[in-house]
Amino acid sequence: MKKVTALLLALILCLSLSACGGTKGKNADLKIGVILVHDENTGYDLSHINGIKKAAANVGIKEDQIIWKYSISEDENCFDAATDLVEQGCKYIISDSYGHQSYMQQAAEENPNVTFIAMTGDTAAASGLKNFKNAFCNTYEARYVSGVVAGMKLKQLVDEGKVADKNYDEDGNIKIGYVGAFPYAEVVSGYTAFYLGVKSIVDNVSMDVTYTNSWYSPTAEAEAANALISDGSIIISQHSDSSGAPSACEAALAAGTTVYCVGYNVDMLSVAPNAALTSALNDWSVYYTYAMNCMLKGEDIATDWARGYSEGANMISALGASCAPGTKEKVEAVEAAIKDGSLKVFDCSTFTVGGEHLTSYTSSWGLNGAETIKDGVFEESVIRSAPYFDIRIDGITELN
Amino acid sequence: MAAVKSMHEKKEPFVRIAKRSGLQHWKAWGIRIIAMILALAVCAAVIYVIVRMNPVRVYATMFRGAFSTSRRTWVTVRDTMMLLCVGVGLAPAFKMRFWNIGAEGQILVGGLVTAACMIYWGGRMPTALLFAVMIAASVAAGAVWGLVPAVFKAKWKTNETLFTLMLNYVAIQLTSFFVAKWENPYGSNTVGIINQGTKYGWFPAVFGKQYFLNLAIVLAVTVAMYIYLRHTKHGYEIAVVGESENTARYAGISVARVYIRTMLLSGAVCGLSGFIAVSGASHTISTSTAGGRGFTAIIVAWLAKFNTLAMILVALLLVFLEKGSIEIASQYQLNDYASEMITGIILFFILGSEFFINYKLIFRKREAAR
Repeated sequence: MKKVTALLLALILCLSLSACGGTKGKNADLKIGVILVHDENTGYDLSHINGIKKAAANVGIKEDQIIWKYSISEDENCFDAATDLVEQGCKYIISDSYGHQSYMQQAAEENPNVTFIAMTGDTAAASGLKNFKNAFCNTYEARYVSGVVAGMKLKQLVDEGKVADKNYDEDGNIKIGYVGAFPYAEVVSGYTAFYLGVKSIVDNVSMDVTYTNSWYSPTAEAEAANALISDGSIIISQHSDSSGAPSACEAALAAGTTVYCVGYNVDMLSVAPNAALTSALNDWSVYYTYAMNCMLKGEDIATDWARGYSEGANMISALGASCAPGTKEKVEAVEAAIKDGSLKVFDCSTFTVGGEHLTSYTSSWGLNGAETIKDGVFEESVIRSAPYFDIRIDGITELN
Repeated sequence: MAAVKSMHEKKEPFVRIAKRSGLQHWKAWGIRIIAMILALAVCAAVIYVIVRMNPVRVYATMFRGAFSTSRRTWVTVRDTMMLLCVGVGLAPAFKMRFWNIGAEGQILVGGLVTAACMIYWGGRMPTALLFAVMIAASVAAGAVWGLVPAVFKAKWKTNETLFTLMLNYVAIQLTSFFVAKWENPYGSNTVGIINQGTKYGWFPAVFGKQYFLNLAIVLAVTVAMYIYLRHTKHGYEIAVVGESENTARYAGISVARVYIRTMLLSGAVCGLSGFIAVSGASHTISTSTAGGRGFTAIIVAWLAKFNTLAMILVALLLVFLEKGSIEIASQYQLNDYASEMITGIILFFILGSEFFINYKLIFRKREAAR
């Protein structure tokens, strides 16, 4: 058995390497450096790797014009890697993790002729540096749509009488759960959008959020999901990078508990074929294609870039077999409404804070008191690309 | 059957293992060099068999990753010094056979108080004073983390391995708490670079070299520790306690006092390395500030047999492997696992060589076989 495994591993390595090698670029004077917090084995990094590769193919940048730095921790190693890429002749350097940001900024200060892009970061505009950029997808749009998918399933379960007593809280709301990484705006914005998506279909829902305080922890995510399930949550979604929560849901479903899940970043059907409904996705290639086109033309890249459904930067993964009938049609309608702007995810008339509908909010972190609500809509990712919806709305409880 | 068995009983085993006494220095080093060559050969074979790449090119790439430019060399030096400092901190404890598995926590608390000084006092006191406070605070914090298990061991014979290990988690939780307090933005779990604009509390560049101070401080500590362990009464007492507690007691050495004194020193040096990590390299604090160095340094200390000067070489080797592995990942898409395999093979052979230095194999003679 061991021999077979070893052979298989060897084979996979050979194949993957032969797939990677080969391309030779001519006149390759543009070099792009990429700093990744992990490698292709985590869904988050894989989505960036795929996005960069796809974008490079789109604009005709050869593979050997891109220098990859894998598993770069969010400390001085990031600064070292960035400086090293500068020395290797990179004119553009991209980092994929939030924690890289301050080291990218430090490198940007010291290398004014190189452009640094800290993906998902939020300090580019405030830094005042011309060569320091941030970008984010409008993930909240995809989360809202994935919430709609979950809502359709929930409605089906209600109609079929499969919602048990333990799935209701004392106010008669159906309980759903969310496994979040850290309690900051990116996560809050995401889970609120998901919740509002569910609520747009089934009005009487309440959501519990458990934080794992880690971006990637299969065990902690599975434990959090199990705790939420045993507490009565009938739908589980996540903002964390592993498949811990979907696996836990699949196991619980197989053991007879009614529970379904919505993933993030990657299609979870492979780990939860019965429990997974869909996943909220980012297609980073949309941004990378834009940025690489700017690089080739020598144009300035936007300091803050945020796009979503309208440009194909966000979507949900293929619907699972467990999805309720009619989901596909509903999703198409919602997606069309998001694209044409008739549906706003953070429409303040759809949620309350302390029982009131908000008309003004100026306390988002890092925006220096800027007004974020215009005409009854919280305008996410308009002032800067990184999410800043950090309002705790009624119906959602943070458990830890 | 019985006949066969009796025949076996008479037979000397094919190979016996016997302890060597006093192998000459050059022979020991010969064995080590042979082990290193064998390790590189096995790595080469593994690389070739699995990924069909020219191992010489892979080694050359690793070397380039660590040393090809002056900046890369300085980064390698900086990380070597970090690891070395922890190893030097562990040396007295391990020489005393006091299993200090708590360097990780000692580094972390040292780094934590350094970060606190940078955050609260950066710009509020003269630079020299700030540095004095940071050094004193980190040394004191590390020393406390070393002192507690030593006192418990000295007074109540608690198991220091578990105690020091568990104190790591205390340090990690404490760091988590302060990271949550200082995090920027709220909830993100990252403190970011401390004093990014002002550089208060950052090691200044000396002779134009950003990491010169790291090098100077750690080398000074390394030499001082060498002298302390080899040429002082304290060092001798540590050696005696390490060899045998009873002998030490018989010789009139207060074992409890040696435990406490040595662990204060061990923790203090580890705490100092936390200061270097935060003030001299990362300028931030997180639960991964120690980065496993507290454990890797155990290998450094043991491989060098607590000779702090030899630790320079061992630390350099390990950091070289790490830097090289980042480069081969970047150049050939060979990820962490490949480099971990290479590191594993090399360490296996180095440890194996120690076996052959300490023991010899005696093969059955031909006459006996007949």
